[in-house]
Amino acid sequence: MSWINYNALWKIILYGVVLGAGLPALFAVGLVSLSRGNKVQTAGGETESDSLIGGNPLGMLLAAICFLIVLVAIGWGIYEVYKIGHPAATPAPAPSPSSH
Amino acid sequence: MSNDVVLVLVVITALGFDFTNGFHDTGNAMATSIATGALPPRVAVALSGALNLVGAFLSLAVAATIASGLVSTSDVTLTVVAAGLAGGITWNLVTWLFGIPSSSSHALIGGVIGATMAAAGGHAIKWHGLTSKVILPAVLSPVIAALVAALGTWLLYRISRSMTEAARSHGFRIGQIGSACMVSLAHGTNDAQKTMGVITLALIANGTLGAGANAPFWVILCCAIAISLGTYLGGWRVIRTLGKGLVEIKSPQGMAAESASAAVILLSSGFGYSLSTTHVATGSIIGTGLGKKGAEVRWSVAGRMATAWVFTLPSAAIVGAGAEALARGVGGTAGVIVDLLILAAVAGVIYWRSRSSKVDHNNVNAEWDGSVAPAVPEPAAA
Repeated sequence: MSWINYNALWKIILYGVVLGAGLPALFAVGLVSLSRGNKVQTAGGETESDSLIGGNPLGMLLAAICFLIVLVAIGWGIYEVYKIGHPAATPAPAPSPSSH
Repeated sequence: MSNDVVLVLVVITALGFDFTNGFHDTGNAMATSIATGALPPRVAVALSGALNLVGAFLSLAVAATIASGLVSTSDVTLTVVAAGLAGGITWNLVTWLFGIPSSSSHALIGGVIGATMAAAGGHAIKWHGLTSKVILPAVLSPVIAALVAALGTWLLYRISRSMTEAARSHGFRIGQIGSACMVSLAHGTNDAQKTMGVITLALIANGTLGAGANAPFWVILCCAIAISLGTYLGGWRVIRTLGKGLVEIKSPQGMAAESASAAVILLSSGFGYSLSTTHVATGSIIGTGLGKKGAEVRWSVAGRMATAWVFTLPSAAIVGAGAEALARGVGGTAGVIVDLLILAAVAGVIYWRSRSSKVDHNNVNAEWDGSVAPAVPEPAAA
């Protein structure tokens, strides 16, 4: 028996980067698209708006797609966790390994 | 049968542990959201409590690890379980008093291991399982979480650099609500399971359940309620250390940290590692400090935490072993009752100590001045 399961390790790192950093990055792309058309940071002293909706139709569409992908990925993740947590979704519960 | 009295006591103590687990760990999910103002403190703890309840039902995979992977189950008696729980609860309460986010899982595992060793000797411990399933993941998981969070933070700032500061802050505060919810859910799928495993172990040790039985529904329900009540109570001291003590957090960093934590926790449980949500969350928060230019990580606070982590397993084990020896010295049901009375007294003293430097939803976000409890503006003092 080895001490470290390298197969699990690299998968955790890879999926961790894709889901843990990639999904928020996609959310960020959605935010930027959504706010496209908002006036850029003003040089003057006026207080900047925190409005997120820029009103650019293409930007809004892109944002919707980004947010949708993020939501679907989260839903899929929860489903996977449920599947792992309830192995044997058959009526007869699988006999768990008996411990001595 | 006097065993039934012991069993009831053990179940109550286990639920007590689950409760401390809840309030010790609220910060893992919600500290960054509270720190950035994405959620009002009380809404955050209520939401986290509810999601822990859901999460406890979502996955039932992890419950068996504590029962079968770490100690030889034939050596476990009800007294051993009670003593192990005493060790875990004591360590959880002490670290909470000092606002140190230590691992509840390690406290529980340490307590059970210590009690088992005192009862049956070192051969009853599965050392390989302990090292490969607990100790190595404990070292690796915060590092992985930190890397993911650092990368995420860098990406979020890079992508959103064209947005105004105010709009960016607004947008990521909304995102943070979602990512914090995922961490709460992940916490329920992980940590509530550990208590379910211990209660199931006690039921098996008592002969109420056959060997290899799954957790009965009432056990799942009670554990889910206990952990979510604990979460709702809110471990404000730990929340403060995580949210304000380590790194000053802005909302893009908060979202990056939470996403990294949720991903690493859920993935690791998928591969069968029941790791510490606390270690992962802390690693993520440090990572998010590393990923943003100009952000400062308070390494002294981080070092204090790491020290506590190293001591968690052995300290809980020593208390667990002591409790087991004491219970055996007194003997039988009375021994377990003496243990639990002492535990209740210790808990009372710690609670009383915590009152003198209160941290709650009112002052949790006060400026970090190097201590867990913010200085109280005293009317007369200089």
